[in-house]
Parts: sequence; structure tokens; C-alpha cells
Amino acid sequence: MLELRHLTTGYGNRVVTPDINASLVPGELTSLLGPNGVGKSTLLRTLCTFLPPLRGDIILDGKVVSSLSIAQLSKFIGVVLTERPDVPNLTVRDMVGMGRSPYTGFWGRLNKIDEQYVTDAMQQSGILALERRMFSTLSDGERQKVMIAKVLAQQTPIILLDEPTAFLDFPSKVEMMRLLRRLAHEMQKVIFLSTHDVEMALQLSDRLWIMYPTEVIIGKPAELSSSGELSRFIHSDGIRFDPVLMSYKIDKR
Amino acid sequence: MRQSIIISLLIVAMLFLAVCNLLWGSLDIPVTDVVQILLGGQIEEHPQWTYIIRESRFPQMITALLCGMSLSTCGLMLQTLFRNPLAGPSILGIDAGSNLGVALVMLLLGGTVTLGSLSVSGYLLVIAAAMLGALCIMLLLLLLSSLLRNQIMLLITGVIISYVTGSIISLLNYSATEEGVHNYIVWGMGNFSGVSLERLPLYCILIMLGLFSAILLMKPLDAILLGERYAANLGINVYRTRNLLLLCTGLLTATTTAFCGPISFLGLAVPHIARMTLHTSLHRILLPGSMLMGGCLTLLCNLLCTMPNSGSIIPVNVLTPLIGAPVILYVILKKH
Repeated sequence: MLELRHLTTGYGNRVVTPDINASLVPGELTSLLGPNGVGKSTLLRTLCTFLPPLRGDIILDGKVVSSLSIAQLSKFIGVVLTERPDVPNLTVRDMVGMGRSPYTGFWGRLNKIDEQYVTDAMQQSGILALERRMFSTLSDGERQKVMIAKVLAQQTPIILLDEPTAFLDFPSKVEMMRLLRRLAHEMQKVIFLSTHDVEMALQLSDRLWIMYPTEVIIGKPAELSSSGELSRFIHSDGIRFDPVLMSYKIDKR
Repeated sequence: MRQSIIISLLIVAMLFLAVCNLLWGSLDIPVTDVVQILLGGQIEEHPQWTYIIRESRFPQMITALLCGMSLSTCGLMLQTLFRNPLAGPSILGIDAGSNLGVALVMLLLGGTVTLGSLSVSGYLLVIAAAMLGALCIMLLLLLLSSLLRNQIMLLITGVIISYVTGSIISLLNYSATEEGVHNYIVWGMGNFSGVSLERLPLYCILIMLGLFSAILLMKPLDAILLGERYAANLGINVYRTRNLLLLCTGLLTATTTAFCGPISFLGLAVPHIARMTLHTSLHRILLPGSMLMGGCLTLLCNLLCTMPNSGSIIPVNVLTPLIGAPVILYVILKKH
């Protein structure tokens, strides 16, 4: 379980989002929504420990994250970034195998157990058939699934993803979100992602975080819908949110 | 499977080329006599042959081998570190630093410095100057790499460093003596014969130190392939790894440049040839592969430079661009 206590994110002296209090629980797919530039990436980077918090703490199973070493953290938090690594001459299997780095010895060789984890991870994300292909020859959707398999091979209880559905075509977006939902439920992992695909997030997430410049509203999709929070978030010129259908309508004129 | 076959073939090729380097030279010595001398014997009629084999061909073979290994290791590490296929020791300006150090000594001081009653002259001074030059650039790059986190900026910095040192060297050339200019130009053409038997141990120790450190960095190098953030998420201390990599390449570049002159293109080209043949980017395969391939190539170059039985030797830098340039063109064309 990951807990945010009075967490303030930002860079240097510039506060991006002040005083977030929230927690992420295992077995749930949580989506972070919010307009561009509101601070979704900054929050994710802070949770990934790429960026130090300005104030407050991130608590991981009772321990303050900043007290853990990079090596320890790598066994708890796995990340999938928006940037796809551009590595020529690396097979899908080798790429997924990179996820075993926190567990391998000095030379980074994979033993039988590691190889089994790699195979399982590829099976889970549905790319076992691609294992001999070169990573650089894959489509965007396939690459994203490889990165998911890599993070699964890392065996972390927490997975953080920065816009995993960006750049994907519609069927791949749906497939990706369903995969993440299934992984959260079946493997009892904390899965937290940022996205702009609102409708899909409403349908498939267990919990939503809606980010505004000074606050983060958290709740289950149905709760947020009935409390009017979703209408507040989605409503703007030409867009209406229908709380019953959990979807939005666009005015044609 | 395919990879282990290639690696084994490379080892065989390297041993074969190393033996060829001992057997052939600008002077024609019969193979049987070479073998006899290597086994510790003497040739009664030609006592100077013993000298040629032990004091010239043997150190030259070792020098060429280690030089190729270290340059290709540098190239590979820098390409991974900067995630840029065109990175190499020369592009970052590290060997420009050595160049400047050597130029200062050869052109400005005429090769001798008097420190009190101690006079340091000739070869040792050139080595020290090259080391110092490379070290200065390394320190500059380390300093800038913590200020400028951007990799491309660091590459541009390297190019600028090369320009600046180039212009200083031109100025030094302009005002130097004819002899100094000649010495400097000859050094700049690259040469594997400059390391004598007495200097060989120092050269070997420095290069082995660098190569050994590179081998220790194989796992973090793999993680860095994915980018710094992914590497950090995999438990790698990126900042420390980056500094160690720069230090290691600095040591290797400075040593080879000081002892053999600036050998161009090999560091850049060999890792690409290794990637193309081994079909992997994993350093635990690619690094030994590049080392072996680099060793083979320099041994081959050395052989080709001395082969034309004329007695005179072609400078190494005449050959290396012929290997390097097509590889660079291939890399650029493949990208577009």
C-alpha cells in the first residue's frame, strides 16, 4: 500500500500541487485524470521518486520512501513511462528480462527462476508469441505491452504508469486498460496511471483521482458521478456529462 | 548459440592475427627462426633478429591489440551512455584534450621541461601531457554533465572543445620550430611501434585497469540502454554510473592516445560492427565482442601497415578511416 501524507509536489520553489492526502490500495486500478499541465506527470514523477517531494511524505508499507535505497525501491515500485526506449538489436525477451535487474547478480545473468518470471510476464501481457522479435520492429501497442511485461517481470507490488494509452489506436487503448484492470484484480497489485481517455477510465477504473490546480478529488466512478464531481470535471462549452449513462455528449452546434 | 560461435571465432581470429603479427614484419625473417626465437633460442648468424622479435614485434603486437580493445570499449560505453550511435572518444573531445597536451609539449616546449634539477624529457613527458589533457577535458565534461543534464548539449560541448583545442594547436603549429611540427605530425598519424618493451608494462597496466572497470560496469550499462529513468527504476545509481563511465573512458582514451597517437574512427565503428554481427545490445555479450573485434582490427591494421615488404611503415590513421567511414555512413543512412 502506498500512502501520500500532506504531499506537496513541485520543482525547486514552484509548488505544482499542494497538500495531497490519499492512499493507493492493492487490487485496484486507479486512474489519474486532469487537464494538461495541471501536474499529473509531476505527481507521478514524485511517486516514482524521480523528483523529491517539496513537503510531506510518501509512505510505502509503513516506511518513508525517501529512507529507502534505489535498490530497495526497485523491488517495490515499477514504472512505465511515456517515453519508449529506442534500443536497436534487443529482442523482446531480453527487454522483458531487464525487469529482473533488481534480482540478478553482479553480471546481470538470468537464472532459471528469472527466465520463468520473464516467460510468465510475457504470457500475462499477451506477447509470448513475440519473444524472438526485435523490440525496435514492434508497433506502438506491442511495445507498450512489452514495457508492461518488463514491469511485471520486476515483480513489484506497485506499478505506476504515465499515460500508458497515449499514442495507441482505439482497440489497443481498450486492450491496454482491460489488461491493467485484470492485472490489478488478479495479481492484487497497486496500479496507478494517468490518462486523458476519460470515458475509458470511467468504465474500467476502480477509483478515480481528479486533479485540479489546488486539490485532488478521489472516489469511485459511481460516487463521483452521483456527487456531481464528474459533471464538474467534464462540463465545458459543448460537452455535457450524463451521470446515468456514465458518458458524455457533445453538442453538435 | 550463434553468439557463442561468433565469440569463439573472434578469439581464434585474434590469436591467429597475433601470431601473424609476430611472424611478419618489414624485415623478412623465416617462420622457423621466429618460432625458435620465441621459444628462447638464438639465431647464430643474425643476433639482431632476436632483438627485432622481442623488442619490436612483440611489444608492437601487444600495443596494437590492447589499443583496439580499449578504443572499441570506449566507443561502446560512450554510445550507450549518450544513447547516440555516433558518440565516440573523439566526438566528446577527450582525445582532443590529449592532443592539445601533446601539442603543448612538442611544439611549445620542444619536448623538454626542466623542473629544478629534474629534467623530464621525451616520451614520458608526452604521456604525462596527454594524460593531463584528457583528464582536464574529463573533469570539464563531468562538471558540465552535472550542470547540463541534457545529453545532446554534452555532445555539442565535446564538438566545441575539439574546435577550440584545434585552433590552439594551429596557433602552436604556426609558431613552432620545423622539427617540432614534424614530430607532432608524425605522432598524429598514429603508431603502434611507439611502446618499447620497458614501457610496455605501464601501458598494459593502465589499459587492463580500464578494460577491467568496463567489464565491472556491464550490468548498469544494460540498464542505461533503456534511458536514465528506467535505469533508476531498476535500482541503478545513474549518477554514479555515469561518472564511473566517463572516468573509465577517460583513462582508456588518454592512455591509448598518449602511447599510440590519436587513432581515429575505430572507437566509433567497432561497436556498430559488433552489434550488426552479434544481433544484440546486451553488454554482457556486446562488450566482450567489441573488445575482441577491436583487437582483431588493430592487429589487422598493424599487419597491413607493415606488410608491404618495403621496410617503411604506413601510419595507422591511413587505414582506420577506410574501415570507419563506411560504417558511419551506414549508420547515418540506416537512420533515414
